[in-house]
Amino acid sequence: MKDGAVRRAAPPLFGNSPVSLIAFLGAVEIGLLFGLVALGVFISFRILNFPDLTVDGSLPLGAGVAATCIVGGWNPYLGTLLAFFAGCAAGLVTAWLNVKLKILHLLASILTMIALFSINLRVMGRPNIALLGEDTVFTPFEGLGLPFYWMNPLVLLVVVILAKIALDRFLLSEVGLAMRATGANQRMARAQGINTGRMTLMGIALSNGLVAFAGALFAQLQGGADITMGVGVIVIGLAAVILGEAVMSTRTIILATIACVVGSIIYRLFVSLALNADFIGLQAQDLKLITAVLVVAAMTLPGMRRKLRIKKITAGQGVRK
Amino acid sequence: MIEAKDLHVRFNPGTPIENHALKGLSLTIPEGQFVTVIGSNGAGKSTFLNMLSGELIPDSGSVTIDNEDVTGWPTARRAGLCARVFQDPMAGTCEMLTIEENLALAAARGHRRGLRSAVRNELRAEFRERISVLGLGLENRLTDKMGLLSGGQRQAVSLVMATLNPMKILLLDEHTAALDPKTAAFVMELTDRIVGEKQLTTLMVTHSMRQALDHGHRTVMLHAGNVVLDVEGEERRGMKVEDLLHMFEKVRGEEVDDDSLILG
Repeated sequence: MKDGAVRRAAPPLFGNSPVSLIAFLGAVEIGLLFGLVALGVFISFRILNFPDLTVDGSLPLGAGVAATCIVGGWNPYLGTLLAFFAGCAAGLVTAWLNVKLKILHLLASILTMIALFSINLRVMGRPNIALLGEDTVFTPFEGLGLPFYWMNPLVLLVVVILAKIALDRFLLSEVGLAMRATGANQRMARAQGINTGRMTLMGIALSNGLVAFAGALFAQLQGGADITMGVGVIVIGLAAVILGEAVMSTRTIILATIACVVGSIIYRLFVSLALNADFIGLQAQDLKLITAVLVVAAMTLPGMRRKLRIKKITAGQGVRK
Repeated sequence: MIEAKDLHVRFNPGTPIENHALKGLSLTIPEGQFVTVIGSNGAGKSTFLNMLSGELIPDSGSVTIDNEDVTGWPTARRAGLCARVFQDPMAGTCEMLTIEENLALAAARGHRRGLRSAVRNELRAEFRERISVLGLGLENRLTDKMGLLSGGQRQAVSLVMATLNPMKILLLDEHTAALDPKTAAFVMELTDRIVGEKQLTTLMVTHSMRQALDHGHRTVMLHAGNVVLDVEGEERRGMKVEDLLHMFEKVRGEEVDDDSLILG
């Protein structure tokens, strides 16, 4: 995390909490940002039932495109928009490999992810680009009187809410419903006149566009783009989606998209807590390990809870297995 | 009018498990006719139906609908002309979506899908009206997930979905085979009612000779990828299951050994 030095000096969030206010807001900020990634992962994994790992490449792609544009003197908003479209293009390649060339979805996405590593180096021209001192999409909000650690999460909150509402609207539209049917039952979707190939292309493009957009914002928050910043993004996105499903109902689309963002914030708070609680002794380099453990926990805990309940019931009735 | 001409298809050609599923099958269905198709396992019933719906493309031969050649059209493109009810109640609907969302998918069949809301109030009113005809009380459960319904209820909804928009032919693929006898009778009664009301051109594949004779205007029997029997009008009216069996044996020159054909 960028504010390690500041964090030590900042006041604690509450009582003798190991997490300072700035660290807490920082976690919320990154949580909101990865909420966008989670929405993208939700489209591919949950709506289309398409395990898409392209996002590990499309996040740095978005970051790289935006950073290159900004360093080149372009408007940061235009650069961010271009990053979105670059992500869409990456998603189109994956979906095209699957739909037209009939390559297994998982493999198709890994191929694109690998190819994107080279593409990203080409886009940036070097492994990293610093944005220190450059104007970013967050610059106009700096003069509004709030300290950055309040302002950035607020701006992101608005962005995420807008993205969520737009996604809800889309998924409840005729095309969106057709996309959901494509993921749920391809044969039925075809019989209803839905071009399932086109839906997959559109959905995976949208998913990666969102992730690249998140990458563009991430680079501008962090002060730079780095070729390695995409490692494990898919796991973080998936962790957010699964955590969201574990903590709240996802009966409707509107609830399911809220769950993605909530899951993402919870995930970041967990990570922040784990890294800041000195007695556990975890450090920044343990981040990926914590992520993997969290995903395993989120995936297995709901099932274990059910098992425990069944055990209780059968024990109460004196029924033997 | 639906015209299938000299359809041939081979599965796994050039391999030991090659299967010549259709061998020059031809059938013409005039507008408004309800045809029942019967045949034993592997006779080519499902293959023929899949060819009409576009799930399979023939090796040779042609399918024309109202004089338009649709032989090479994929399923989605043909969906405006063909409506279909599947054998498996799980296959014809999306269990993850609500009843009204399933109906909304069907309501857009044959139209361009846009960005307007899929379940709109005027549609909801129409859904309520159409679904109340079933007499299952589902009109008050439109926002329930489809997965909560029983197989019979789902098949009934599938039937409403298939007949929501105009079509050139309604394809029923053993749509009562997975149901218990009472529910199957209910779905069949519903089928007769809807098809009769709208004078729909219909092709119903069935495994039961009883069902094949009791419903529709014309009965076609398939065997080994070809039409072996085609009866309608007077001749069909006086026909009993035993007659059908007898004719079948005569045409084929062999004993019928598929129990389900006799007992069904």
